[in-house]
Amino acid sequence: MGWGRRLVTATPYLWLLLFFLAPFIIVIKISFAETLIAQPPFSDLAQYVDDVLTINLNLFNYIDLYEYDLYLTGYLSSLKIAAIATGICLLVGYPVAYAISRLPEHSRNLALMLVILPSWTSFLIRIYAWIGLLKENGLINNALVGIGIIDEPLVLLHTPFAVYLGIVYAYLPFMILPIYTNLVKHDHRLLEAAADLGASPVGAFFKITLPLSVGGIIAGSMLVFIPAVGEFVIPELLGGPDTLMIGKLLWNEFFNARNWPGASAVAVVMLVLLIVPITIFQRYQAREMEEAQRG
Amino acid sequence: MPNDVAVEHSDSVTPRVKLAIRRVTKDYDGFKAVDDVSLEIRQGEIFALLGASGCGKSTLLRMLAGFETPTEGEIYLDGTLINRMPAHERPINMMFQSYALFPHMSVEQNIAFGLKYDRLAKPAIRDKVQEVLGLVRMTDYAKRKPHQLSGGQQQRVALARSLAKEPKLLLLDEPMGALDKKLRTQMQLEIVDIIEEVGVTCVMVTHDQEEAMTMASRVGIMDAGVIRQVGPPHEVYEQPNCRMTAEFIGSVNIFEGTLAVDEADHVEIASPALALPLRIGHGITGSLGMALAVAVRPEKIRVSREAPAQPHNAARGKVVDIAYLGSHSILHIALPGDKVVIASVANTDRSVAGDDAERFTWNDEVHISWSEHAGVVLTS
Repeated sequence: MGWGRRLVTATPYLWLLLFFLAPFIIVIKISFAETLIAQPPFSDLAQYVDDVLTINLNLFNYIDLYEYDLYLTGYLSSLKIAAIATGICLLVGYPVAYAISRLPEHSRNLALMLVILPSWTSFLIRIYAWIGLLKENGLINNALVGIGIIDEPLVLLHTPFAVYLGIVYAYLPFMILPIYTNLVKHDHRLLEAAADLGASPVGAFFKITLPLSVGGIIAGSMLVFIPAVGEFVIPELLGGPDTLMIGKLLWNEFFNARNWPGASAVAVVMLVLLIVPITIFQRYQAREMEEAQRG
Repeated sequence: MPNDVAVEHSDSVTPRVKLAIRRVTKDYDGFKAVDDVSLEIRQGEIFALLGASGCGKSTLLRMLAGFETPTEGEIYLDGTLINRMPAHERPINMMFQSYALFPHMSVEQNIAFGLKYDRLAKPAIRDKVQEVLGLVRMTDYAKRKPHQLSGGQQQRVALARSLAKEPKLLLLDEPMGALDKKLRTQMQLEIVDIIEEVGVTCVMVTHDQEEAMTMASRVGIMDAGVIRQVGPPHEVYEQPNCRMTAEFIGSVNIFEGTLAVDEADHVEIASPALALPLRIGHGITGSLGMALAVAVRPEKIRVSREAPAQPHNAARGKVVDIAYLGSHSILHIALPGDKVVIASVANTDRSVAGDDAERFTWNDEVHISWSEHAGVVLTS
């Protein structure tokens, strides 16, 4: 291999090393430190005093996570919210992806554009916009009261409903796109073959289309689930005090309590929890690639 | 209208009509892919729709399968009108071009797929799967996935899948399209054997005349949405009824001319390409001076160094091209008027010595001739 090729191959690895692995190692390091009132607000792990190297590994941050119910509840609640939101994304996103894949070829790109277009606006602004829509005298309540469907404004904002709505709204494109990419590659003759052999259109969907799109479903679900578990902005802005998500706990730990080591431990455990879905995602992606290569 | 369809149940001499296509037209926004086609397919026969791509043969097949609905006309299967019957209710199965096997199912599951819709019990399905697997000699591959099979094996599975439901009509869409040439010849005969063993009526679509002629008992030549000629392979080859058919099936020499002598037992045609008249050994219906064409197949043309004695159907020319094909050679012979005639010469003798085994070569002056029964008069 020439130098040029090595450089090209090495670039993405260097990128990952520099911006993912190195920061993660720093976070792990901090998670084993002790809180100090200092700048930075944590102790050094290794100290070199009088020709003696001492390493202090502080495990209390992790023990705390175990001892305080708050964290366990936070993790479980995050996983639950992320799982339910992923399920809703799938139920909404699959039909959308299916419909787009069935459009005439020239209309498909336009439809995909419409799916992606909102992402061109700042994520934060779009979530703020929901506040305007959901609040007590917001657009939705005013409209419903105006039409006369309800007399009193509904409590929409700062509820679990608003959190689910926000997550589904924000992550839906990540569900639609991989499923669409999968569905659009399907050979329509398989459905004709199924019909030819006696399957009704609905039967053919469940026996042919759905099983063949599992790869897309898993990819989309992981792309929604993984970031949703650590979501902070949406529960912070749309959720109420009762919405417990690990991202929010992490934020509080870092910025309110200024407990950097504790927050780092929360982050490390969250990542370990996410290794399972990430591995599933990777495996299916590898399989999809293999199948794509095989044609 | 449905009542005057004569489905000949009682007539024992004519084979029973299995499928009747009555004046079927498929119109795509003013473009007639299939234009007023009528056709009868008999019980147990293998019928090939032969034509170039875009001639409408696939559209016609898809209307039989139920994937397209005729704009006009009727399709009857066993005397029942099936125009509006959805594909999944038709007792018709198709072997798809490039097979359309379900990639996520094993060979067994692919074959069992259709049987489940026949409300068969599990053991019955298992038996049927085994039976058709045996029929196509794929029993050992039951657990494999389609991508683990070779092209020929995939084709066997596709055939097994389409036969499993014991369809009243089997459709084959370009059955050999995805196979290489060597395998093609072998599978053609094998598929015909299997179809005949099962006894199912079969309509196939192909653009490959060799395939159509090898496999089918009757061939329909399609062109621009219209069926030009229907008949057994030898008939469409030896007695083409129009120029399109003559030129589509095999290669042919066409001499254009006018009717010069019109007798009851023979006619003569004057062609500007030939110095001598063209003689046909039977009478035709026509009038003197009418324009027509005579088609002569390359293998019917004799090539010799000496001038033939006959005062017609002969010419002198020069060999301008030779294609050596092993069993025979194709000679391109330029006549004085620049018309190039194609003649096929069998390479019967290995030796090059001896007068009758003598090979022709480039720029040889040769004489061509053919009998008065070799040519076919084409009026359209």
